[in-house]
This record gives sequence, structure tokens and C-alpha cells, in this order.
Amino acid sequence: MTTRDFELACPAPLRHRTVQLAHGGGGRLSRELVEQIFMPAFGGAALSARHDSAVVEAPKGRIAMTTDGYVVRPLFFPGGDIGKLAVCGTINDLAMTGAAPRWLAVAFVLEEGLPMADLIRVVASMRDAARASGMEIVTGDTKVVDRGKGDGIFVTTTGVGVVPEGITIEPRAVRPGDEVLVSGDLGRHGIAVLSMREGLTITGALESDCAPLDGLVAALLSAGVVPHCLRDPTRGGLASALNEIALDAGVDIEIDEHAVPVNETVAGACELFGLDPLYVACEGRLVAFVPEEHAVAAIDVMRAHPAAPEPVRIGRVLDNAAPGRAGRVTLRSRLGTNRLLDIPAGEQLPRIC
Amino acid sequence: MRYVDEYRDADVCRRYAAAITARATRAWRIMEVCGGQTHSIVRFGIDALLPPGLELLHGPGCPVCVTPLEMIDRALAIAAKPGVIFCSFGDMLRVPGTRSDLFCAKSEGADVRIVYSPLDALEIARQNQGREVVFFGVGFETTAPANAMAVREARRRGICNFSMLVSHVLVPPALSAILSSPRCRVDAFLAAGHVCTVMGMDEYRPIAARHRTPIVVTGFEPADLLQGIHMCVVQLEEGRAEVENQYARSARPEGNREAMRVVAEVFRVVPRKWRGIGDIPESGLGLRPEYAQHDAEALFNVGTISTEEPSVCISGLVLQGIEKPSACPAFGTRCTPETPLGATMVSSEGACAAYYRYRRTGS
Repeated sequence: MTTRDFELACPAPLRHRTVQLAHGGGGRLSRELVEQIFMPAFGGAALSARHDSAVVEAPKGRIAMTTDGYVVRPLFFPGGDIGKLAVCGTINDLAMTGAAPRWLAVAFVLEEGLPMADLIRVVASMRDAARASGMEIVTGDTKVVDRGKGDGIFVTTTGVGVVPEGITIEPRAVRPGDEVLVSGDLGRHGIAVLSMREGLTITGALESDCAPLDGLVAALLSAGVVPHCLRDPTRGGLASALNEIALDAGVDIEIDEHAVPVNETVAGACELFGLDPLYVACEGRLVAFVPEEHAVAAIDVMRAHPAAPEPVRIGRVLDNAAPGRAGRVTLRSRLGTNRLLDIPAGEQLPRIC
Repeated sequence: MRYVDEYRDADVCRRYAAAITARATRAWRIMEVCGGQTHSIVRFGIDALLPPGLELLHGPGCPVCVTPLEMIDRALAIAAKPGVIFCSFGDMLRVPGTRSDLFCAKSEGADVRIVYSPLDALEIARQNQGREVVFFGVGFETTAPANAMAVREARRRGICNFSMLVSHVLVPPALSAILSSPRCRVDAFLAAGHVCTVMGMDEYRPIAARHRTPIVVTGFEPADLLQGIHMCVVQLEEGRAEVENQYARSARPEGNREAMRVVAEVFRVVPRKWRGIGDIPESGLGLRPEYAQHDAEALFNVGTISTEEPSVCISGLVLQGIEKPSACPAFGTRCTPETPLGATMVSSEGACAAYYRYRRTGS
């Protein structure tokens, strides 16, 4: 079933074409929303129990759990929408620990007046994304805020996954000598959304990279490649992801600017907006820290996987971190000079000139 | 990426660097005027490719840095007025006024919006007839044409609720002021290519001649900058002081006449205070009296503004090429992009911010 053939539940049609305050009030309209939109899309065994909490079989071993809020404008962008983003984002946060995603809780904050058709599109997209990763949506919540008090839809997703026996993927495991790999070109998501928002037509067919990464991580683990750490470079982009890991692991990292893959359209749009692609968000890429001896195999596994369109080695973890100074990320420029790749002070802002 | 990658080619850059090393027989100090050039130099490590003794000084060409504190405070006061929609380019929002910045004002309830063009602000005014829309008109000669066009359009279309808080500055008077200072350390200038694309080069010729200082109109990519530096060194070594054009692919000697015409129609030359530097005569643009109905400074009475700069900050000396960020005792300690004391740290194009972001040391 795809987004296109998703239909409202019969026989009772929704009485309203837009979201009303009462849809979040806990009464008849709330129930209608659940019965006619959420249950047909998400309904599995746990959700169908219609209880206050989802009850699921406890897995053996360790579980990973993560939560994230999603706010994006516009709600629909080339390559995805807020629903796909919310599900893939949580799947990816789980995948970065090596966990197989299993259960998802979803909370919506809807703005009064939101077209019901938009909600249906978002819900269908969430269902498709969850199913593709074998994840069950088991519980949820809906609130409605006054018109003008929201951006259409805010989504919060909480995911639970199961971590395979013997797998520990975390920043503290990063070691000097590790190779730093990325699975594909960077910055597509941020530029696709920004271009849509600002009506930048030169970006043409540029789509967000928004995609689940659990399959790619599973493929690496199956092939015997155990990364020391994985990170999906979302807000703040590659630069922020590397800085966080450098600080948390207490190591210095060096990357080669010329090796970092950036799509030509993304690079052009960044020039125009005065942004640095190394700081622009991705939603379907990962950075992998792998032991040197696994780097070639990791690239080969990624290259054979559809979620890694352009796997490359971009740098390494240095072994000369000075005491009290560890946590620096440096970039070797195209000209052979070195510079700091810093954590951004805040959001990147468009320049005056 | 065509038309950009060519100017970041490592071999081309290395060849220019070698040519500079071969040609320079003594120490020279060259000032890049524009903050965008400073950003490129530090980002690509261009100064690391130069021979010892060839020093790059960072100039006053960052519009965010030089916008006077009074004007930031005025913007904050106008933005706080009920019914006002205050529109600005993004990088002005973080610049600290005496007590606050536009981001804080926004969080406290002011309707502050980031726009990419003054025409976007004009459209917001058209859609919000019951409210006053104010655009923060800052920048050098580069942004002046679009800002002038927005004001002219507002008048032509009868959009009465659109006004501009104008704080435009002009480059040539700043170069004259730097060269006239007894503390001047500049042997040659890399002039900002995009400024000359608009205004041409005629105004630079008397400056170069009067002060015996070469001025090379230069672009912003690594190969541009290295070629511009090479052209400066050649002139200095030959004892010439002329205006030359490295940025010929965009800048023409006569500039863009249509852009200059619209600027002259809407703006007039006024004295302007530069943050950190002080008053420079005939160094700014203000609205002509016939556009007074769109002049936010005149329309909004925000009372007397008294300002206070942190005494430790040496932003002004950095902007004039007299000191490097390393000379500031607060660099990287009390003064960081998160807690900036001066505008050269807060602006992404400011020299202090560039040093902090790319080096973390002031040297």
C-alpha cells in the first residue's frame, strides 16, 4: 500500500475538511480522528488494544530508546515530508547505536485549520516509512492548538529498538587511527527544504536525502564490520557531528576538504545563501568511525547498499591529541592548509552581501 | 561547480603563491578591504601560503561590524514598537546593541523577520497594510541598489507602510580615512570586487595617486585573492601606485550605470559614524528628502539613544588594520561568538570571528 492508495476508513466520512480544536478535545471528534485516520494507517496489535499504554513483548538483551521533536516548514518538501522525516529521524537515531528499530510512539500537535488532507498525507507517509523498517507504531497522542499557534503539524516520535548481542557503538569507543567515512553527499536535506521555503528554482530536481539507515547499519554488522561509532549528521551537519564526537571521545579528528562529497547543486545553493555545506543538515547520511583495518570492507558494504549512494573516506582520528586540548576537528583545505572546523555559534544566517 | 571551482584550483593557487614569493624582495603589508575576503583568506588559509614578511591586514569592509551601535539600538527601539514588523538580513540579528540584540527582541515578542531581499520586506508591507514594515537598510555599495529600488517601488506603488532604517556606508571614504591616519600600516589595498561591480573604479584613482598606494580590485575566491596579492606586490616592487582590476570578469571600470542611477535617485551622500572607527565625512548614504515618507529614522521617534561600548574591545583597531585579533586580551576568553564584546566577533565576516572560527587563536 502506498500513500496514493491510502483511503479514509469507510463507511463514516470525516465531518470536517480541516482540523478543529475539538479534534484534540478527547471527545467524539478526537475518537473520529483516531478511528478514521490513525487506526487505519498505524493499527497493529498493540495499537488495536486501545489501552492507555502499548504492551509489547520484552526482548532479550539491551534496548535502545530515543525521542525527538520535528518542526519543519514547509511540511512537504522534495523527497519527503514531516511524517517521513519524523519516522526516519528516529529510526536513524536508533540505528546509530546498532539497534534494530521495533516500536514507535507518535505525538502530534496539530494547528486548528490544518487541511485534513495534509494530515492524511503525513500519516500515510509515516506508516510507509515505519513499515519499510519493520517498525510498529504502537501508541500515540494528539493535541490541537489555536490557529496561528503552530506551524501546521509538530510531530514527536519516540522509538525503541533492540541492540544485537555484543554490539557497542558509541563515541567513547572511538580510537586514534580510526578512519572517518561518510555514506553519501552532504547537505541535501537542508538545501532542499531551504530552497522550497525560499522559492529557489535553480535547485531544480534536488531532493532531500531523507531515508532510513537501519538497513545500511545492519548490512555493515552482518558483514562483520563493527564501527566504533556512528552518527547521522542532522542539525549542524557534518561539522557539528564531528565536533560532538571529538569532544565526547576526547580525540582530535582531521578531515580532507577535497574528499567530502557535496552535490554540485547543493554547493551552488550554499554559495548563493552564504552557507557552508559542512554545516547543513542531512537526514539520510551517516558518519562512521571504523578501525583502519575495516575501512575498505565498510566502504565495499556501503557501496553495495542503496542507502549509501557515495561512500567515501573523508578523514581520520589523530593520535597526537595534546592533553587538555583534545576535541579539535581540523580540516585540511584544498590548498593544503589546515584550519579549525568549529562548532557553529548558532543557526547559520544568510549574509548581507 | 562551474565558475567557482576554477578559482579554488590548488595548482593555480600554488603557482600564484610561488610567483608572489619570487617577486617580493621585502616585507609588504596589504589590506583586504572586504570582510568576505577576510573570511576566504582565513577559511582557505591563504596567508599560510604567503612568504614570511608579507602581511595581510584585515579591513573595515564588514557592514555588520561597522554599523554604529546607535543604529542597532535604534533598530531595537523601532522593532519593539507595537504594530511594527521589523525586517532585516539575517546576520544583523545577532549583533549586540548596548543591552540587547534583535534575536532577543524577537524572543521577547517583537515581530522581527529575516528576509533575503528588501523586496521581500516590501511584499510583507503590501500584505500587512495595517502595520508598519521597517527594513534595516545596511551594507556597502553592493546592497544599496536593491535597497534603493525597494524604496522607489514603495513610492511608485503607493505602499505607505514601508520604511527603511538606512545605515549605508561607502568604501572609498573609508580607504581615504585609513590612509590619512598617522597610524596607517597599509602599503596596498585589495579593493572589494563586488563594490566595484556596482560603483566602478573612478573613485579609487585619486586615492591611489594621492597616497601613492596601489589598489587592486579583487574577487573573493582563493585564486582571485592570490592573483590580487601578486598584482599588488608587482606594483609595490616596481614603485607604481595604480588602480588595477583583477576582477575583470565582473567589475568594469565604469561600474553598473543603471544601479548607480537608482542609488543616486533615492540616496544622497551623508556623513556616517563607523562602529569602532568613528565619524567619517561623506562616508554614508541616507534617503533623499523626497523619500522622507519612507525614512524610518524620521518616522519613528525613539528618543535619545546613549550607547556604551565595552572598553576592552579593540574592534576599531582591528577594522583599521592597526591591530590583529591576537592583540585583544579578551579574544577567545571573554569575547567569543557566543558572548561577543564587539561586532568583529559577532559578524560572520568579522576578522575576530573568522580567527575564532578557523583558528581559535588570534595569531
